[in-house]
Amino acid sequence: MIEDTIAFLKGYKNSVIGLVGLGILIFFVVVAIFAPYIAPYDPHEMYKPVRHPNSDHLLGTNHIGQDILSELIYGTRVSLFIAFISSIIASYIGTSLGLIAGYFEKFGFFFMRIVDGFLAIPRLPLIIVIAAFMRPSIWNLIFIFVFFGWPFTARIIRSEVLSLRNRPYVDAVRMLGAGNFYILCRHILPNVIPLVVVQLIMEASHVVLAEASLSFLGLGDPTTKSWGMILHYAFEYPTIFISDLWKWWMLPAGLCITFTILSLTFIGYALEDLVNPRLRREIL
Amino acid sequence: MSLLTITHLKVHFPTQDGMVKAIDTIDLEIANSERLGLIGETGCGKTVLGMSIIRLLQPSTKIEGEIWYKGKDLLKLSEGEMRKIRGKEIAMILQNPTTSLNPVLKVGDQIAEAIQLHQGLDKRAAREKAVEMLESVKIPSPDKRANEYPHEFSGGMKERAMIAMGLACNPSLIIADEPTKGLDVTIKMQIVKLLKEVSRRKSMLFITHDLGVATQICDNIAVMYAGELVEYAKTEDVFKNPLHPYTQGFLNSLPNMGLKPIRGMSPSLIDLPSGCRFHPRCDHASAKCTIEHPPMVEIEKGHSVRCFLYT
Repeated sequence: MIEDTIAFLKGYKNSVIGLVGLGILIFFVVVAIFAPYIAPYDPHEMYKPVRHPNSDHLLGTNHIGQDILSELIYGTRVSLFIAFISSIIASYIGTSLGLIAGYFEKFGFFFMRIVDGFLAIPRLPLIIVIAAFMRPSIWNLIFIFVFFGWPFTARIIRSEVLSLRNRPYVDAVRMLGAGNFYILCRHILPNVIPLVVVQLIMEASHVVLAEASLSFLGLGDPTTKSWGMILHYAFEYPTIFISDLWKWWMLPAGLCITFTILSLTFIGYALEDLVNPRLRREIL
Repeated sequence: MSLLTITHLKVHFPTQDGMVKAIDTIDLEIANSERLGLIGETGCGKTVLGMSIIRLLQPSTKIEGEIWYKGKDLLKLSEGEMRKIRGKEIAMILQNPTTSLNPVLKVGDQIAEAIQLHQGLDKRAAREKAVEMLESVKIPSPDKRANEYPHEFSGGMKERAMIAMGLACNPSLIIADEPTKGLDVTIKMQIVKLLKEVSRRKSMLFITHDLGVATQICDNIAVMYAGELVEYAKTEDVFKNPLHPYTQGFLNSLPNMGLKPIRGMSPSLIDLPSGCRFHPRCDHASAKCTIEHPPMVEIEKGHSVRCFLYT
């Protein structure tokens, strides 16, 4: 396993895209973890409203006088937290169900029809509807993203398991007296882990965007600071586009969202190239 | 005393084109510490016989008959009871070691898991045993090799590792399914030597289409054709005095015997020929052969044949 990891890291090191993505993500993660030390002010503290950027407030203040830079820094926390928690839970559920559905044919057939149903529904509109009915809170958002995130993973894992379970080494361990559960955990799971990781990263980038969209539409938790909420309040401010306000109020939040998604996508691409030998090629 | 007794075994696979009669009535016995070679062309049901003994055929398969092992009918055991027999009592060594080892697990761990499954040893003890097993199949520096992945092993070493896996729980019966397939000649001989050594005082069903290999290992040889046995004899008798025209043809097709092929193709297992299944390819076939199915007749002690030429 250690040799594999080293080989994997070496492969990853050769991918410029992957390194750029990882660099950006590490930056955001560090900002999120050390937010209280980095942020110049408490994001809920109110100063003079709608100030242009100055030496006290590098990105100015918002309509109720909160420091926008501090809001952004704390917003990193919320956005990344929601993204990773919900993608981890969704991948966990999706992987478990995908394993079972792929391994037990009959169950898998019926189960996949449910998944097809989930996948046929356009995700964002339905999320908006459900979010509108539920009380806005971080945990409700996470629940919604998990609820709609797992079928993608389940489907991909199942198709891989379908091919893995007929490999001769699975027959070989069965001949040694191994049961189904043992085979699934010991022999099939390690083979799908790389896929799960790629899927998890991709799911996280979906969630960052979806969370921002919901918050922007005012369906997020109004008391928490997230990038989407910043955009939401900025967009509601009457003169946002006829003055210069959007340049420091909206643009930074938008860029944060863009770069987070970009970094996750880059990492996803680099991992996919490493994991799938058929796609293996010189990366950039 | 016989360890394994197969009586009236029939294994049929339902397919869209009809019933594939992979095994149509086989009676066979394997005595304690007997090494029996099962010889036949590709597709005559050899592997299916091995798989039906440890009951790893698809659930849709229709199996009739009895397989008695140490006083138990294997075909009547529950899946849980069967799991305790697989690997511990009856181990199967698969053909094609390259695909039969999990590429993402260390070889040592794969052998150790066979031990852990049955003997309830802790991880470290199982690992020590695995290294011991690798040593017993003559893999150099087994301690280091146990930590390697299958792709770091050569073909011959993978086969050795498979043998080690099969033997890890000290089974009474080994089913070796063409273990020498795809190995080059020198390595093949090493594996044969190894198999001969490790199967001492054990029973073995050695499935192969390589007669040369079978003669080196086996005490008795059963010749299989189109889902049934056509001849059963001591190894030397098969060579000195082959009775069935198919066995004769098989021997004549060997490189050092003239490389004469048997004419025709082996029959489809869906639509078996009437009468003797070998008659369309047989030079001695008479009118009787096309109608009547010949029974297995014991010509002399320990030598039976299924052919009207001898009745």
